[in-house]
Amino acid sequence: MFELYVGVIANGLMIGAVYALIATGLNLIFGVMRIVNFAHGEIVVIGMYAGYSCWFWLGLPLAVSAPLAMLFMFAAGYGFQRALGNDFVDRPQHVQFVLYISLALIITGLHAIIFGPDPRGIQSAASFSVYRFAGLRFDAARLHAALAAVAILCALWLWLRYSLTGKSLKAAAQNLTGGQAIGININHVFALTMGIGAACAGAAGALIAPLFDTHPYLAGEFTLTAFIIVIVGGLASLPGALLGGLLIGVSEALAAVLITPSAKSLFSYGLLIAILLLRPGGLLGQKGAGN
Amino acid sequence: MTNSKENALSRRQVVKAGAAGVALAAFPAPAVLRAQTGALKVGVILPLSGVISFPGIATRRGTELAVKMFGESGTKLDVSYIDTESKPENGRIAAERLIRDGASVLIGAWDSGATISAAQAAEAAKVPLIVNVGSAPQITEQGFTQVFRNFPSSVDIVTRGVQLFKDLPRGGGFEPKTAVVMHVNDTFGQATGGAVRKVWEAMGVGIKIVETISYDLRARDLSVEVAKAKATGADLVCPVTRVNDAILIVREMIKQDYNPMAIYGPSSPGPYEKAFTDALGKFADDYLTSVPWYDPSKEITKGVLARWAKDFPNLRFELNSGFGWESIQIAVDAFKRAGSSKPADMHAALKATNISDHPMYGGAITFDAKGQNVNIGVPLLQNQAGEPRVVAPTAAAQAKVRLPMRKWSTR
Repeated sequence: MFELYVGVIANGLMIGAVYALIATGLNLIFGVMRIVNFAHGEIVVIGMYAGYSCWFWLGLPLAVSAPLAMLFMFAAGYGFQRALGNDFVDRPQHVQFVLYISLALIITGLHAIIFGPDPRGIQSAASFSVYRFAGLRFDAARLHAALAAVAILCALWLWLRYSLTGKSLKAAAQNLTGGQAIGININHVFALTMGIGAACAGAAGALIAPLFDTHPYLAGEFTLTAFIIVIVGGLASLPGALLGGLLIGVSEALAAVLITPSAKSLFSYGLLIAILLLRPGGLLGQKGAGN
Repeated sequence: MTNSKENALSRRQVVKAGAAGVALAAFPAPAVLRAQTGALKVGVILPLSGVISFPGIATRRGTELAVKMFGESGTKLDVSYIDTESKPENGRIAAERLIRDGASVLIGAWDSGATISAAQAAEAAKVPLIVNVGSAPQITEQGFTQVFRNFPSSVDIVTRGVQLFKDLPRGGGFEPKTAVVMHVNDTFGQATGGAVRKVWEAMGVGIKIVETISYDLRARDLSVEVAKAKATGADLVCPVTRVNDAILIVREMIKQDYNPMAIYGPSSPGPYEKAFTDALGKFADDYLTSVPWYDPSKEITKGVLARWAKDFPNLRFELNSGFGWESIQIAVDAFKRAGSSKPADMHAALKATNISDHPMYGGAITFDAKGQNVNIGVPLLQNQAGEPRVVAPTAAAQAKVRLPMRKWSTR
C-alpha cells in the first residue's frame, strides 16, 4: 500500500508540473492581454504532434523535440498575434470568443486531416524505462517531462522578473495605458506574450507526447484542465499556476485511489467550486481578482 | 494596433454570418438529398470524429467496401453517412435527419449509447435500423420493433468468451486464482463490466474477482488505475477497453512491471486493432480477447479479404470492418427480397432474413422476435507475432494459445 500511495503522489506531482506549464501559458496570455485563449488545448496538441513527428520522421529525442516545438510555437504564436490577434484585443469578449473557438476548431480539423483520428504514440526504449529509488519505481519519461517543465517555468519566472522585456510585459499587464505612455511597443509585447504562451503549451505538448497517445480530440481536456488550474492557483499568478498544477495533479491521483478513478474530474471540479466560493481570486491570486 | 472601426466586424455582421451558417446547416443543398432512381437509400450513422472515431472509420471502410462490391454486381445503393462526433445523444439527431432525407433503412451506430438514441427516432418513424456494432443488452431489450442487430449482446459475447477462457488448459505456471476487472465507464463499458461479473459468478470460473476498476472514456493517463490493479496482486487482468485505453493499460503495466499470468479482455474491442499491435510491438503479444471475428475458412471471407487487401493494403480487416460489410449485405439481401425500398417492405423482408453465406464467424444471419441475430460465434483471439490469431475453439483455431503470458522484461 505504501508503494501504491507514494507512487501515485509522485505521479501526480510529475504530471502536475506539466499541467502547470500548460496553465502558465494560458495565465500569461490572460494576465497581459485579458484574452481567454480557448485554443490553448489545441496548441498543446500541436506540440504533441510536433514531438511525435520529430521522433517518427526525424528520430529526434525529447531533449531536442521539446525545444524545437517551443521555438516553432513561439514563432507561430508571435506571427498569429501580429497578423490577426492584435486586431481582436480591444474587441468585445464574445467576438474574441468566436475567434479563439474558431481557431480551436480549425486546428482540430487540420490535425484530423493531416494525421487522421488514429492515436499516435511514441514508442522507444525510453518510453518504458523507470528509475528505481528506495524500492520504488518512477516513470523515467514522466520524470524527464516534469523536470523540463519546472526548468522552463523557473527560466520564465526569472526572465519576467529580471529582464527589461520581461518587465515590460509585467508593466503592460499591470497598466496598459501607463505602459504605452512610457514607450512600450504594445503590439510587440502582445505578440511576445502570445508567442511565450504558445511556446509553453507547445513545449508541454512535446513533453507529454511520450506519455499520452496523441489524437486530434485531446485538446478540450487540456483547455479545461488549464482553466481549472488557473482559477485554483490564481489569475495572472505564475507561482499560482505551478501550485494549482501540482495540486490538481496530486488531488486527481489521490481521488482515483481513494474513491474511484471515475471521480478524478469530479474532484477537480469540486476543488474549483470550493475555491470559487472561499477564495475567488485563487490560492495565490491578487485580492479581488476573482471579482 | 489596427482595430479601427472600419476593419472591425459589427455585431450585425456577426449576427448575419451566424444566421447564414444556421440556415446552411438546417437546409443543406438539395443535390445532396436527392436519391438515385431505383436505388436503395441507406443512411449510415457512425462516430467518424471524436474519441471513438477510430473504430467508426474502420466500420465505414468495411461498409464502403461492401457498397462498392454489391454495386459492381448490380445493386444500386445511395448511401449517406452522418457523424455522431462520438456523442451518444447525436444518434437520434442523425437518425432523424437521415429519415427526413428519405432513407429507407438506417445502419448504425457503432456505439451502444448512440444506437439506443438512434433507435428511438427509427421507432417513431417506423424505419428499420440495422445495428452494425453495439453490444449493450438494452438495444434489443427495450421493445423496439425496428431494430435488427447483427452483433451479439455483451452478455452473449462475455458468456461465450468466458466459457472458452474457462476451458483453457491450466498448468505450466498458468493457474490464476484472482482477477481484476478494468472497464471504461460509458454505456458499453458499464454493460460489459457488469456482464463479466455476472457471467463469471454464474459459470463458476473458479477465479475470484477481487476488484473492479472503472475509468473515464477520455482518460489520458491510466497509471493510477494500473497501480490499483497491481496493488491487488491479481493473477489475471480483464480489461474491457477500446483501442486507446488498451494501449495505455499495457504501457503502464510495463512501466510498473506488473506481470499477471494473463491479460484477457472479454468482449473488448481494441487489442486486435492494427493500431494496438503497431503501437506496442512485441508487447502487444500474448494479449487475449474474445470478440466476434471473421471466419477465414469461408470462401466469401476469402473474397472480401482479397478485395480488402487490394483497396486498403496497409489496414487490417477486423471486427468493425467485417460487421460494416455485413450490414450492407443484410440491407441488400432484404432490398432484393422486398422488391421495394419502402421502409415497411424493408422491415418485413428484414424479419425474414436468412443469410448462410457471410464473412463473420457463426451460423446463418437470422433475427429473432426482438431483432437479435443469435447465431453469431465468438472465438478466443490471442495476439501472436503482431497479429490476432484464433486460439479457441479448437475447430476454428489458427494457432495454439500461449499461457502464461511472457514477462515484459523477457521480451
